[in-house]
Amino acid sequence: MFRRRLPEWFVLLLPAILVIAAVVLIPLLFSLYSSFTPYRLTRPSSLWRWVGTANYERILTDAKFWSAFGRTVLFLTIVLNLELVFGLGIALLVNKVTWGQRTLRTVLMFPMMFSPILVGFQFKFIFNDNVGLVNNVLQSTGISDAALPWLVDEKLAMFSIMFAEIWMSTSVFAILILAGLFAMPRDPLEAAKVDGCTAFQTFRHITLPFLMPFIFIAMTIRSLDVARAYDIVQIMTGGGPARRTELLWTLMARTGYVDARMGLANAMGYVSILLSIVFTVYFFRKLSAARAELGMGG
Amino acid sequence: MTEVTLSNVVKKYGRHQAVHGIDLAIADGEFVVLVGPSGCGKSTTLRMIAGLEAITGGEVSIGGRVVNDLPPRERNISMVFQNYALYPHMTVAENLGFSLKIAKRPEAEIERSVAEAAAILGLDELMERKPAELSGGQRQRVAMGRAIVRQPDVFLFDEPLSNLDAKLRTQMRVEIKKLHQKVGNTIIYVTHDQVEAMTLADRIVLMRDGYIVQVGTPLDLFNQPVDTFVATFIGSPPMNLLAGEVSAPDRITLGEGLAVPVPASARGGLRVGQKVQFGFRADNLMPVGHAVEEAGQKAQLRLTVTLTEPLGTETLLFTEIAGTEVQAKMLNPRPVTPGETFDFELMLDKCHIFDAASGNAIRS
Ligand SMILES: Nc1ncnc2c1ncn2[C@@H]1O[C@H](COP(=O)(O)OP(=O)(O)O)[C@@H](O)[C@H]1O
Ligand SMILES: [Mg+2]
Repeated sequence: MFRRRLPEWFVLLLPAILVIAAVVLIPLLFSLYSSFTPYRLTRPSSLWRWVGTANYERILTDAKFWSAFGRTVLFLTIVLNLELVFGLGIALLVNKVTWGQRTLRTVLMFPMMFSPILVGFQFKFIFNDNVGLVNNVLQSTGISDAALPWLVDEKLAMFSIMFAEIWMSTSVFAILILAGLFAMPRDPLEAAKVDGCTAFQTFRHITLPFLMPFIFIAMTIRSLDVARAYDIVQIMTGGGPARRTELLWTLMARTGYVDARMGLANAMGYVSILLSIVFTVYFFRKLSAARAELGMGG
Repeated sequence: MTEVTLSNVVKKYGRHQAVHGIDLAIADGEFVVLVGPSGCGKSTTLRMIAGLEAITGGEVSIGGRVVNDLPPRERNISMVFQNYALYPHMTVAENLGFSLKIAKRPEAEIERSVAEAAAILGLDELMERKPAELSGGQRQRVAMGRAIVRQPDVFLFDEPLSNLDAKLRTQMRVEIKKLHQKVGNTIIYVTHDQVEAMTLADRIVLMRDGYIVQVGTPLDLFNQPVDTFVATFIGSPPMNLLAGEVSAPDRITLGEGLAVPVPASARGGLRVGQKVQFGFRADNLMPVGHAVEEAGQKAQLRLTVTLTEPLGTETLLFTEIAGTEVQAKMLNPRPVTPGETFDFELMLDKCHIFDAASGNAIRS
């Protein structure tokens, strides 16, 4: 018998290896390969022309790409920070509630239950210049006499999109931080009170350090999420008008599917993955540090 | 001067009343131990003094100032918790100095106070460690250090030793006593362990079901228990109790026909026919020849030993009187086998008589 038997561990892992190869590895390699070709969706034969790093060179000098990149970083920073502040506030309030807390916790999760597409539509109408709720309220209360171009003006449009994103996902922070508050030991809080802390000092010196790991977990999850923000933006503004609200993913989708330049879009994808990696690694480091600080081990 | 006074202090949790109108005056520098079985309201009482629990009724004052409505930080107290309650993200040094930092004391003063406390408790080597890297005993020390650093008017301890092993507990008990002798502050100490109470206290407050049963020095409680609860709670082994009946003005019959004279201390308070509990400690029932040479009224009993517990300097003998198991003590012990019979002498002057119905001690 010359047929050698495969090692047992390999046989056992084989199903997992096959699945991972099929759903992750092959698409990954394919897209990586295609980013070195001028692949156009409409002309499959272009997949076989190797152009080396031409796509990447093009991106690096492309002002449109970099402004979308910069806007995404800004979007990410502002959204994450505001979600943290609101999420923390909500969690602290809910933690104080003694009656109906379960119901409140469930209600908190409602925004997460909507499809981002629907949230996008909802806010698209709320912020609509002519028939939108916001302008209606502003005008009928006399705060503003002209209709504000909520989805047209660059700053206002970014604000509207952020508002929608924050409305939808603040509860991720709120729920994770609430879990932290529930897990918090009561004794150190009492010790702090006896040691002379006011309520705020107790929060600042005892509660907050304890919550840090929970905050960084939320940050890590949300940074991955926000870095690929697409649906809400696509529905509300489509990245426009005139690319004023273009983020990385709307740009990539436009390049890949509208302009059909898939090779270029994939190259953009690989560059922007760096962004996600940087944010994730950053928050992960922070998480480990915060855990070590609490003696939970790295 | 920091005396602590409780007058008619009540605590209710909803409809459940945990503390029923407690009155207690604690003198400046006194070491008072609240002791009692689990759930009797010791912690609740202590936490009301600390300001961690709202006071439902009555008044707590510290140093002559009513503190009912003051937050803990304005009461100038320190508390050591059962689970240590150290700040997990701070080093030992930071834990110790935290209260001073909050009080915005100058850096140099904080360092000096922390170093002093660390020296008293032998924490110098551990200053840069986090609580997670400490053993139970070390955490306990840090918790005490944190209390000392504040130089409070009153120290409050809530079962600070109950999470330690027996050896460490004995050791820390001594250190707490030394600490009290050194700093001389008022200390209120909660425990369910009567040995801790006996060894530490200037005065013991024995509680049950939210009431104070007896207040007094350890020897008061040991020698003059007000009822059968105190008699069996304080002292180890617990006091032997035998059911009996007053058969003549100076005689108590225990079980079938065994009669003992009434101790002089109780003679006036009894009436014939009264059901009583006859109590005595193991130390007061000893085999002839292995007993304390002491003058006084004695009764002789011939009893058979059923079980022994040698403790070294003495041996506990289990035997039966009138069908009830009792414990006796043997000094200068020699090996005893179960089944052996001895002549015991019972020190009648040291015996206690309690009313069977109420459990209250009868003294004349
Ligand atoms: N937060 C609380 N809510 C309701 N009941 C409580 C609370 N804390 C304590 N109790 C009750 O009060 C009584 C006294 O408790 P505690 O003071 O903790 O007893 P211990 O003497 O063991 O320290 C117990 O019956 C306990 O169940
Ligand atoms: Mg307790």
